[in-house]
Amino acid sequence: MRFSGLKILKEGLTGNKGWTNHWRDPEPKKEYDILIIGGGGHGLSTAYYLAKNHGLKNIAVLEKGYLGGGNVGRNTTIVRANYFLPGNSEFYSHSLKLWEGLEHDLNYNVMHSQRGLINLFHSDGQRDAFARRGNAMINQGDDAILLDKEGVRDLLPYLDFEQTRFPIYGGLYHPRGGSARHDAVAWGYARGADTRGVDLIQNCEVTGIDIKQGCVTGVQTTRGSINAKKVGIVVAGRSGQLAAMAGMRLPIESHILQAFVTEGLKPCIDHVVSFGMGHFYISQSDKGGLIFGGDLDFYSSYAQRGNLPMKEHVMEAGMTLMPMIGKARVLRSWGGIMDMTPDGSPIIDKTDIDGLYIDCGWCYGGFKAVPASGTCFAHLIATDRHHEVASGFRLDRFKTGYGLIDEEGTGSQHNLH
Amino acid sequence: MRIPCPVCGERDRREFYYVGDAKIVNRPSPDASESIWNDYLHNRENPAGVTRDLWYHESGCNSWLVVTRNTVTHEVEAAELASDLKGDLS
Repeated sequence: MRFSGLKILKEGLTGNKGWTNHWRDPEPKKEYDILIIGGGGHGLSTAYYLAKNHGLKNIAVLEKGYLGGGNVGRNTTIVRANYFLPGNSEFYSHSLKLWEGLEHDLNYNVMHSQRGLINLFHSDGQRDAFARRGNAMINQGDDAILLDKEGVRDLLPYLDFEQTRFPIYGGLYHPRGGSARHDAVAWGYARGADTRGVDLIQNCEVTGIDIKQGCVTGVQTTRGSINAKKVGIVVAGRSGQLAAMAGMRLPIESHILQAFVTEGLKPCIDHVVSFGMGHFYISQSDKGGLIFGGDLDFYSSYAQRGNLPMKEHVMEAGMTLMPMIGKARVLRSWGGIMDMTPDGSPIIDKTDIDGLYIDCGWCYGGFKAVPASGTCFAHLIATDRHHEVASGFRLDRFKTGYGLIDEEGTGSQHNLH
Repeated sequence: MRIPCPVCGERDRREFYYVGDAKIVNRPSPDASESIWNDYLHNRENPAGVTRDLWYHESGCNSWLVVTRNTVTHEVEAAELASDLKGDLS
């Protein structure tokens, strides 16, 4: 089934009876060439690109719950390419280009909206840092415009420009940044993978990884054992548990990141805006809800819900920056399990076990990476070589200290990112 | 989340600074192998369930505490002075 304007018109006139399921619900086979553990954004896009870019057929995605039920279904949906360091810059730049063609590629409306992203700055030093970051973005071939205070006022007249505590000096504007519909991204990739013959197996939790003589041979699951030549682990916050099944420990600590959404309002926030003097960023969904979030709670957690101190900080920061949102009522708050690495950058690499690959460590920035992560992880699994835009995401960089990608410049240590 | 400091009593989580897995209390010797140092600095058990981690009571008595805590429920079971436990953590 292909989506098109004509199809929508036809279905609208005939009672919408012709829509079919977006993917099959197959029984797991006894053996696959490639198993992807984790049916989230990254796992589904990996399966999709394995089939599409590499022409591989015999692939299954194993998901313990339902497709897209983890972090891809509970994030703040921001898509941007405003990174600074080599290693990250080319990767996220590549990802944004994939986003720009994604809807046509998938024939699926992921509601990618390049509404522009503005990172505000509030001091001379912060202006210098953002000017430098903007130059790095331009050097990478992406877009960045340094706005002064009046430039920000033209775009975001509703901010509190008169405050004395954190005066707004300007902002770094990234016009191609924006947001997308998170669930649709998972669904679009799932449908694309399924159409190309990938088996998407839900309610199938991996309980063990079979390894013989240093080589992966398959997995044990709640739906029986499945043999495989290659296995990719793409399970975000649960990476530690999966790695333990293979006798590995990872440089990952799982933390909680909270997000919030208000009742639906008329359009009032047209961009993605981040505050530079506290952890707060916000956008408005097409449904009208204000979606905003802050920093980690900063203790390891798998609870998928956070504590009050960070909620308070986020609300305070929001009220400081844009008092106009004060009367909006928060409908929901939730948390996601973030796979935090010591340097705050991800890992797409082989492991010491032949045929076992891992894609993890996306910290709090995995959503925008979904297309490129899938492309690069698929490339690694299919060819055993690192994709050129993801060649820096090595697992051993912590051990050797070589090639650390510490975007925040705070050090390569747990609890600093 | 409230943490029962053995010196100050039960206090709000905001008074404490989270450092990480309590195993970092026991530093390897300077001439230990690269892989031992890598394990110490970077690799983590990262359990979903009961864990012990190191917290610093920065807005209280300045004690270093080992907190026994559940990462799934956020229940805090105990907090002990790290100085009392040093040899027992691995």
